[in-house]
Amino acid sequence: MRIEGKGLVDRSTPVGFRFDGRDYTGFQGDTLASALLASGVRVMGRSFKYHRPRGVMTAGSEEPNALVTVGRGAGQVPNVRATVQEIHSGLDARGQNAWPSVRFDVMEVNDLFAPFLSAGFYYKTFMWPRKFWESLYEPAIRRAAGLGALSRQHNDEHYEKAYAFCDLLVIGSGPAGLMAALTAGRAGADVILAEEDARMGGRLLAESHEVAGQSGADWAAGVVAELASMPNVRLMTRTTVTGAYDGGTFGALERVGLHLARPPMDLPRECFWRIVAKRAILAAGAHERPIAFANNDRPGVMMAGAVRAYVNRWGVAPGQTVAVFGNNDDAHRTVSDLGAAGIKVSALIDVREDAVAPKGVTLHAGARLVDAVGRNGLREVIVADRDGKIARIPCDCLAMSGGWNPVLHLTCHMNGRPVWREDIATFVPKPGMVPGLTVAGAANGTYSTYGCMKEGAEAASVALSELGRAQPKVDLPEAEDGAIRLRAYWEVPEPKHRAWLDFANDVTTKDVRLAAQENFRSVEHMKRYTTQGMAPDQGKSSNVAALAVLADATGRGIPETGITTFRPPYVPISVAALGAGGQGKGLAPERLTTSHQASVARGAPMIEAGLWYRPSYFPRPGEKTWRESCDREVRMVRERVGVCDVSTLGKIDIQGADAGRFLDFVYTNTFSTLKPGRVRYGLMLREDGIVMDDGTTACLGEGHYLMTTTTAAAGQVMRHLDFVAQAHCPGWDVHTISVTEQWAQFAIAGPLGRELLNTLLESPIDDAAIPFLGCGKVRVMGIEARLFRISFSGELGFEIAVPARYGAALYRDLVARAESLGGGAYGMEALNVLRIEKGFITHAEIHGRVTAFDIGLQGMVSAKKDCIGKAASERPGLTGQEREQLVGLKPVPASKPIGAGAHLFDEGAEPVRVNDQGYVTSVCWSPTLNTHLGLAFLKNGRARHATRVRLVDHLRGADVVCEVVHPVFFDAEGGRARG
Amino acid sequence: MRLNCPLCGDRDLREFTYYGASVYADRPEGGWSEAWDDLLHLRDNPAGETNDLWYHELGCSAWIEVSRNTVTHAISDTRLLAERKPAAKGAKA
Repeated sequence: MRIEGKGLVDRSTPVGFRFDGRDYTGFQGDTLASALLASGVRVMGRSFKYHRPRGVMTAGSEEPNALVTVGRGAGQVPNVRATVQEIHSGLDARGQNAWPSVRFDVMEVNDLFAPFLSAGFYYKTFMWPRKFWESLYEPAIRRAAGLGALSRQHNDEHYEKAYAFCDLLVIGSGPAGLMAALTAGRAGADVILAEEDARMGGRLLAESHEVAGQSGADWAAGVVAELASMPNVRLMTRTTVTGAYDGGTFGALERVGLHLARPPMDLPRECFWRIVAKRAILAAGAHERPIAFANNDRPGVMMAGAVRAYVNRWGVAPGQTVAVFGNNDDAHRTVSDLGAAGIKVSALIDVREDAVAPKGVTLHAGARLVDAVGRNGLREVIVADRDGKIARIPCDCLAMSGGWNPVLHLTCHMNGRPVWREDIATFVPKPGMVPGLTVAGAANGTYSTYGCMKEGAEAASVALSELGRAQPKVDLPEAEDGAIRLRAYWEVPEPKHRAWLDFANDVTTKDVRLAAQENFRSVEHMKRYTTQGMAPDQGKSSNVAALAVLADATGRGIPETGITTFRPPYVPISVAALGAGGQGKGLAPERLTTSHQASVARGAPMIEAGLWYRPSYFPRPGEKTWRESCDREVRMVRERVGVCDVSTLGKIDIQGADAGRFLDFVYTNTFSTLKPGRVRYGLMLREDGIVMDDGTTACLGEGHYLMTTTTAAAGQVMRHLDFVAQAHCPGWDVHTISVTEQWAQFAIAGPLGRELLNTLLESPIDDAAIPFLGCGKVRVMGIEARLFRISFSGELGFEIAVPARYGAALYRDLVARAESLGGGAYGMEALNVLRIEKGFITHAEIHGRVTAFDIGLQGMVSAKKDCIGKAASERPGLTGQEREQLVGLKPVPASKPIGAGAHLFDEGAEPVRVNDQGYVTSVCWSPTLNTHLGLAFLKNGRARHATRVRLVDHLRGADVVCEVVHPVFFDAEGGRARG
Repeated sequence: MRLNCPLCGDRDLREFTYYGASVYADRPEGGWSEAWDDLLHLRDNPAGETNDLWYHELGCSAWIEVSRNTVTHAISDTRLLAERKPAAKGAKA
């Protein structure tokens, strides 16, 4: 029901929306909760465990009851607080945790079984028979448990992340936050003012107090207008600061498009901000806390501050007849606000014996509230006066106030512990809990409007002086400055029915007492045993009362009982917002070579190599399997010529007078003797003596080298070179930079390789110009290119490199020319066969556990110089016959396929782990040698050439006898590459 | 978390790659010895002040030695690894 002449909603703009399948109308400026209350809807949710009907309790993000699901299909969002969701046309919300609806829910039967559903009932009830847990109990509990549900569909709606930096972050725009922002803004500091609500002003919008002779809302609007005019102030509404992190970093969730009926296409639903602030002021206010009494969860039982907010801000009467229950003066303030709005107040129940009756209202001073009646909506409350007289007070709304808990969550995010303040019976932050963050206003336990403004301005002044800025004079406006008078009162003693503490998770005072009785006396144990404070609201309004009850049950004081740890996030954050930009290809971006389009156009299946995509093989008409294509491509390279993009290999440009000396230090072998125009194969160890990577390095000129790394280890090697240069070689003249992306590089392999090259080089080359392991500059199609005479196939091989922008054109031309010579493009499958036939290693072999000795390259570790990993490679156990050494395998008969990952055993030995002799790393069918081939590591393998081993693959069911051979299967003398 | 790169200034944690205690940069001389074993395998796990290595991989490629407190997370100093102990540095080539 709306109150005429009250509220800040725009009565000229009605807004239609749906809730639980029914159409309603509210006004622009309404939340779902205020619009439903105005429409007389009392039940907005069902409780977690007992499925009890629940109405809205609060007017903010701490709401434990009115949790709804918004939207349909992939984008539906569960557990949205109706107090936070703004209405808009097209809003489709529905109650949850209920079937068929929150008005009538068959699961309400749970409430009848409440005596069996006390704290820890899972552990006590579902103990036996043991095997029933997985098959019966757990699935049944999982079905019944939980609040809202996700759609389980892929959601491709737009979310974003963003970064911001400022001198001062002000969290909250109530009286303290506004004064802090105003003070800092006028001083010229870069200020971000973050407000969770859609409108700035905080409690100024919800209270009837005047500020500087005008309404609180008008005063706030004036300050906000001034702030908005300052270029150095950024106002962020609908933005909840969710966490405080190291180094002045804060997380914040902005609800960007959730309040719009038709958000523009490019507008995200939510944006997750990372805000780095030199200083921060927490002015987030306080949460009013409920009092535990029998059936205090009836729809219609609300926080008194929320009742005032609905009356004053939204012009909504939460009931026709309201009773007020409290332990402090805010209860009296509520009575007068309700009176001013013309709402009947049936009684004021004040637990303080010395309370003074407000005009025209029946006061029950020192009375107990013994019950609340009305299952689907409050009808009356039953009060026992001090003299024991029972009074039944008619009311459809009860406004209760148990005092206030400062919103100090952010101060605890870095392990700070708040302190207990007896006079206001609550925890308050102590200074320095988060470096650079100060707390002002109600969040600091200062509740008067004037006090909040004063603290806000003072906190900003301190921050400004720490930032080295002048402090402007800001006059404090005249405002209410009353002291809070409160008697600590957590629960009505000896309730006849359950009395709720945590409404969202259905935790009652009985549960907390049971936990204490069963010796879960630590507050953290009690929390976990009862699930107190573990619901979406994280116990915002219930935690302090729960530990007060625990303190009472265990005979301790509240400060010694302590408080549970607050952790980020302060409000639930959708994973989509946290991980914005990381969906799909955002998680693993594609790196494409310059030949990508040409490869795809030829029908090549592309396979991933890290983030790169490389062609697997190039099918030709009539070829039915990958093997047919691969075999043809291998023969093509061995007999004619093939072209392959090798740009994905890491390329590192190394320059400086000490570059050669530096390479000597990172490679096991010597490079300082390498002459310009020459290329050398190098082996690189980790400092622990294990092989890191291998590759070739070319000397392009005096003090100028180009290192190639494997595709997989490019990043690791770059990091390693930077480390070695900076840690071990400071002062050396050596500079390294990755040029992997800058050059497109293509291998040209096969007997006709030079012939192919000479059809497009401006000056033809011969063996003398570019000999084996030589390199030089050439001109191709009008541009300068680099040519290397290296071979990963064992054939006459070149690699030609051009600036990446010419890569696509050169590749197409090379392939066309190769095809005219009877060759063509070859892919990764053929490349792999060619290198296995030659016994060349890849990271399948140098997988992080093998030494230079294991791969037979111990001779490459120079005895004449130190290098990274040399000392460790000499450790006992890293060389010798007990090591598994690289060997070649040929199955007997040759047609029997073998698989990588299979293990090796002595012939006749049982194929079990203790008899393990080694394992297979790479396999292929060799069309050149007409046999299956394998590379493997075999114990003392180099001494076992020409013997036989048994290859067993328990996973794939293979059991093959293999002959152990030298790992170079083909052209052992290497004449083909030199020719 | 923010780290002050001596070359680039105050930067977000995500630009850096962590590499562990900075004793790893103190490479012993000569062949295999106890000192090498310490370098490779033995690390303190202090509650309090610690020095560790960070690589500004998404920035300037500098290796940085960071002094920070594992209890308070306070970062007291950052410096370029290359400028750490100029006199004691220089591997034997």
